[in-house]
Amino acid sequence: METTKNFRDPNLVKKIVGKLRENKRPIRIMEVCGTHTMAIGKWGLRKMLPESIELISGPGCPVCVTPASFIDALMAIESAIVCVFGDLMRIPGSSGTLEDARSRGHDVRIVYSPMQALEIAKERETIFAAIGFETTIPGIAHTIETARKQGIDNFSVLTSLKAIPPALNALLTSDEVQIDSLILPGHVCAVLGMEPFRFLPERFAVGGVITGFEPLDILNSIQHLIEKRDAPEIANSYARVVSDNGNPHARKMIDRVLEPGDALWRGLGVIQDSGYVLRKEYQSFDAATRYDIVMANTKENPACRCGDVLKGIVKPDQCGLFAKTCTPANPIGPCMVSSEGSCAAYHRYERSYLPQAGEGS
Amino acid sequence: MKDDIIKLGHGSGGNMTRRLIREVMNSRFDMPSMSDSALIGERMVSTIDAHVVKPIFFPGGDIGRLSVTGTVNDLAVSGAIPLSIFIAYIIEEGFPIKNLERVTESVHQAAREAGVKILGGDTKVVEHGKADGLYLITSGIGMLHDGYDPSIRAGDHVVVSGTLGDHAIAVINARENLGLYPAPESDCAPINHLIDIMLQTADIRFMRDPTRGGLATVLNEIAEEFSAGFHLYENDIPLKDSVCAASELLGIDPLYLANEGKVVAIVRGDAEALVSRMRKHPLGTDASIIGTVTNESGRVYLETEIGSLRQLPMLESDPLPRIC
Repeated sequence: METTKNFRDPNLVKKIVGKLRENKRPIRIMEVCGTHTMAIGKWGLRKMLPESIELISGPGCPVCVTPASFIDALMAIESAIVCVFGDLMRIPGSSGTLEDARSRGHDVRIVYSPMQALEIAKERETIFAAIGFETTIPGIAHTIETARKQGIDNFSVLTSLKAIPPALNALLTSDEVQIDSLILPGHVCAVLGMEPFRFLPERFAVGGVITGFEPLDILNSIQHLIEKRDAPEIANSYARVVSDNGNPHARKMIDRVLEPGDALWRGLGVIQDSGYVLRKEYQSFDAATRYDIVMANTKENPACRCGDVLKGIVKPDQCGLFAKTCTPANPIGPCMVSSEGSCAAYHRYERSYLPQAGEGS
Repeated sequence: MKDDIIKLGHGSGGNMTRRLIREVMNSRFDMPSMSDSALIGERMVSTIDAHVVKPIFFPGGDIGRLSVTGTVNDLAVSGAIPLSIFIAYIIEEGFPIKNLERVTESVHQAAREAGVKILGGDTKVVEHGKADGLYLITSGIGMLHDGYDPSIRAGDHVVVSGTLGDHAIAVINARENLGLYPAPESDCAPINHLIDIMLQTADIRFMRDPTRGGLATVLNEIAEEFSAGFHLYENDIPLKDSVCAASELLGIDPLYLANEGKVVAIVRGDAEALVSRMRKHPLGTDASIIGTVTNESGRVYLETEIGSLRQLPMLESDPLPRIC
């Protein structure tokens, strides 16, 4: 833990915040990853920064970008045990949540790793709700590969796996939101490396820094992005974890089991080749085929602005439902449910009476 | 009640539980408070606790030890000297007798440690598949210490008796086979003797045991009850490295995790002297002053390690079910 302590040194924080507060030219920086959103809230970083530095949250919470139809599909399969990551339990589908379904007797179980679902499948027909980005996908691919090797036919996966670079491409291509720079997701980059993000400065003149999750990681990246604003580049400030080339072994594992396919993102719609689907030789593990599931683009509550929140067009508290009808107890949109959702982070850490930067401290 | 069926969150100890108790139970019973203990007459304190922990055996304890310490600690933090316990067993058909003996031996040992007597109980058996092995319910009786009169005001200190979140992480690691190594141990222990010493040493104005919902939930409840606020210092909050690491892995905040052998005390006057006395007791070695009481009613702030300030709100429901 000593190493993380070094990235929380209050004196260094003070020094760099002092420097950042001198920034006059407005800059909009998007953090793509939900873990960054939570870290920014948890460490109270937004309130330490001057108004000229605007941090906006992007589409990097896997639960938040999972469409309601995915939940509907899982709820429809009552003949099998459904294994999910905890946050999926309370995401509203068109007719309630998986938590409601469990309360009514549907065997829905929370797992911490896809391999736990495989263990459960040894007893009975089991579906794993496979959501996530490049960080979790290698583990899921490994599980599917193991299921085939061990001949565990009771196991299948319903996939809603997403790739980060195509989503960023779609986001920057649309004119809806102005982003100057990106705090790139450290864990995703640990797998992908720098290469898949080079298009950002080349095509959009948007710089990005691969960033860790400690306060000094984030503050240093912001400083770097400000300095390099007019000469945007992709930099790696998380070299203690992320190698520039990422993790080729993990990428190969993904590649053996999955291939790129179109994916439906809540808020962003269908983005070409922005997801991962099972390769032909693994089709028998696809729950969609096995249970004949068609995931339609279900209608979301029109008053819920999660889609715009995910694109960074509005801040959570600019949604009319925020903290009024939509609360962690009674979430309407997924961004309020997931522990890494922007709305949940705002509700927990930012919806308060704390003094703004410049006042007080 | 808005919900039409019970969900796991209703048993979490967070806002969902509070709403359930308020709307279903308290609206009918007209209880003096929503707490699990109450004063009977002038000095007698009584309390009750149900235990459904899964797994039944975990590093640092088991459901038997937990059922005694939970009740003893409830009495002790109410300012009472725990005297006796009644225990009810709900056992699932097929449960191994040797496990029942092991659990009962733990009940016996924990009662001995705490200096309480098991006065009686009840035993029920339900059909196979209708319960999860074993549930225990304990009720306890204690006598109020002389002159213990809760009150809180700005400037009082907040003291905790040791590291936080140990119990929840130990149980979740055992239940979900998270493979943390070495396996974290629960802090499950009767703290009545430590509390005796605290009451003799300092001007203790209020105590709670931070069980379900952890430190953050308990402080929010106290803030609401006494119209007070809290300012905490993250640097002074004792946490084990293993609990911090596991919490980060699971994406949860250790300040919301359950403890089963800790006390949070509001202290007036010399808290330093109290803490150094507590540290001489085996259950108080990591005792620490973690903050102060403020005038800002209902607001709990945490001054983070890096010097920023954030709120520590009440959570809706505990993310980890069935840990006690």
